Amino acid sequence: MSGFIVRRLLSSVLVVILTSIFVFVLFFKGLGDSPARNYCEKLGPGKCTPAKLASIEKQMGFDKPVSQNYAQWAKGIFVGRDNVYVDGKTYECPAPCFGISIMTGNTVWHDFKQKFPATVVLAVGGATMYLVIGVLLGSLAARWRGSTADRLLVGSTLIVSSIPYYLVALLAWIYLSLQLKIFPNTGYYPITENPAKTISWMALPWLVLGLTNCTSYARFTRGQMVETLSEDYIRTASAKGVRTNRVLFKHALRAAIVPVITIFGLDFATLLAGTIFTERIFSIDGVGNWGLTALSTPIDLNVIETTTLLLAVMVVTANLLVDILYSFLDPRVSIA
Amino acid sequence: MSTDTFERPDDMAAPASPDDPFLVVENLTVKFPTHDGLVQAVTDLSYTVERGKTLGIVGESGSGKSVSSMAVLGLHDPKHTRLSGSIRVGGVEVIGASEDRMRKIRGNDIAMIFQDALTALHPFYTIGDQISEGYRIHHKVSKGEAKKRAIEMLDRVGIPQANRRVDDYPHQFSGGMRQRAMIAMALVNDPQLLLADEPTTALDVTVQAQILDLLQDLQREFNSAVIIITHDLGVVAELADTTMVMYGGRAVEYGATREILTHPEMPYSWGLMGSVPDVTGDADARLIPIPGNPPSLLNPPEGCAFHPRCPHVDKVPGDLCRTTLPDLVPGDRGENHLKRCHLANPGEIYTEEVLPEIAPDLIDPTTGEMIPELAAVDPDEL
Repeated sequence: MSGFIVRRLLSSVLVVILTSIFVFVLFFKGLGDSPARNYCEKLGPGKCTPAKLASIEKQMGFDKPVSQNYAQWAKGIFVGRDNVYVDGKTYECPAPCFGISIMTGNTVWHDFKQKFPATVVLAVGGATMYLVIGVLLGSLAARWRGSTADRLLVGSTLIVSSIPYYLVALLAWIYLSLQLKIFPNTGYYPITENPAKTISWMALPWLVLGLTNCTSYARFTRGQMVETLSEDYIRTASAKGVRTNRVLFKHALRAAIVPVITIFGLDFATLLAGTIFTERIFSIDGVGNWGLTALSTPIDLNVIETTTLLLAVMVVTANLLVDILYSFLDPRVSIA
Repeated sequence: MSTDTFERPDDMAAPASPDDPFLVVENLTVKFPTHDGLVQAVTDLSYTVERGKTLGIVGESGSGKSVSSMAVLGLHDPKHTRLSGSIRVGGVEVIGASEDRMRKIRGNDIAMIFQDALTALHPFYTIGDQISEGYRIHHKVSKGEAKKRAIEMLDRVGIPQANRRVDDYPHQFSGGMRQRAMIAMALVNDPQLLLADEPTTALDVTVQAQILDLLQDLQREFNSAVIIITHDLGVVAELADTTMVMYGGRAVEYGATREILTHPEMPYSWGLMGSVPDVTGDADARLIPIPGNPPSLLNPPEGCAFHPRCPHVDKVPGDLCRTTLPDLVPGDRGENHLKRCHLANPGEIYTEEVLPEIAPDLIDPTTGEMIPELAAVDPDEL
């Protein structure tokens, strides 16, 4: 067990390192010295002399090879840096240093810590909703497969997945929030201050996230359940005199849920890295919205690098957790 | 006969008479409507089993063996099944009984042992959990007590260190132990009727013998009625008091086991005998397979379902075999041996044509007659 975890941990770390190298090197090479030129030109007409440009480039490390720059950046994550140059100023950047955000002038880590809770609250609520609704609907559809309700579910999955998500979210916001005022406010209210308010503000985003995503979970669960329900051990359970509902939700679901959980783990990790549309439309000040704003010119490169890296970390972690969880869910899998 | 599901209020069930056999199946017909048409899985099947007795049901795949026993437990999905006839378990009508009522019978009065214990046991629950679940459904006991009962049952079916193995998962058991656990699970509520659906098919021969012995011991201990479904005539010879041979969803021969095995009167039964390898026989001797394939239940042959494969069709005058379904009636061997065949003199054909071919060592070479002990079986005595 521990051997497996150590091995998986090492490979996870490797994936994260590779991702960070890719992200860093691609941006560094792709943009060339344009960030430095940008800052230089902002000094005003005529003030950007070649000497000045060279000095900015030197401050920003463009005179050194990319490997050294990466090493410096990576080291900063663990020990911090004290001379990060942004637009004519140098900043103090304590560990974990992911650079300075041009938008705010704060360290990226400082901003991230502010944005992340909103995303976590959104993700946890939305994901719980679509997992619970999806699995429930899917199980019932499998129980009554072939019925009208079952066909409706399968059909609605198709419809929902063929409508762009942002359209659903936008319409929900316009009608349920703006017009009918059922959910008058949306956004993130700090959960530590007033959880009730957090819930009422988050209700609509959760609902939209939950209802649009639950259909694919319902369909997946349904497929798994239909397969499981034809297993011999389901017949055995019925032959013992187990109630139909118990056969369904204990015996069948127990087996059918395992692959569903696997998919869910990975989905949830992506949610944590920010749901751009949801956050944008419902004005939730989270990681997704933050990353989107960072894309406007001038690109806030450090923010982009950080969100990408964190996404990689979360997906890799989720993968690892799912694998470990698997051995608890399926006793036949031993990860020795 | 109506083709629709038989609706019968629960309270109309016939009162149990003490002389009545524990299980009475009368004119059971099971049909499955499919996209391609109506599958006639079981047609007009009748049999009885008494407490302490064993009925063996023999036949090839698709002959309706398992379908009929699933019907006894009411395990067919009523939406996709048409049932008619009558199944009485201890005097209680099963066909048309409410789901609630059936659930109280399942696993309690009637229990089933399935063929492949690896797939029939839930892979994600421990053996102990699965046995005690069955116990707790029908008894109001605590989890602790149910577990104690599970250990007791595992011990009874011969699982060593039952108190430790009770927490194992099915995949940690060997094939034979899994089948024992399956039997323990079936017997946990002391059922009065045990349906064993090919209980030894997935096991190797030595384990098969152990399991059969175990079943016999347990039957004696609990005095339960047993139906053993198999395609292995050896199993039937070992366990069954009476035997029913099924073909194409119908009973084609029914009688005391010894009688059926020594004096079969139906060409399909002869074919089954011919397909059994003889351990003491000549190693070069060929098995004689039954030519052709099992009949389509969607579109069964006219007349006798076995006629397309029957080598003796010509011995019946006219087109009788092809046009008319023979009744299940007593043959030459008395009231208790029923057969479904048009042949007028099956006994003669069997000793003169069939036996010399399938089991030459049973014929006395000097007289050309069947060995006397075998010939002397009195059908009424069994």
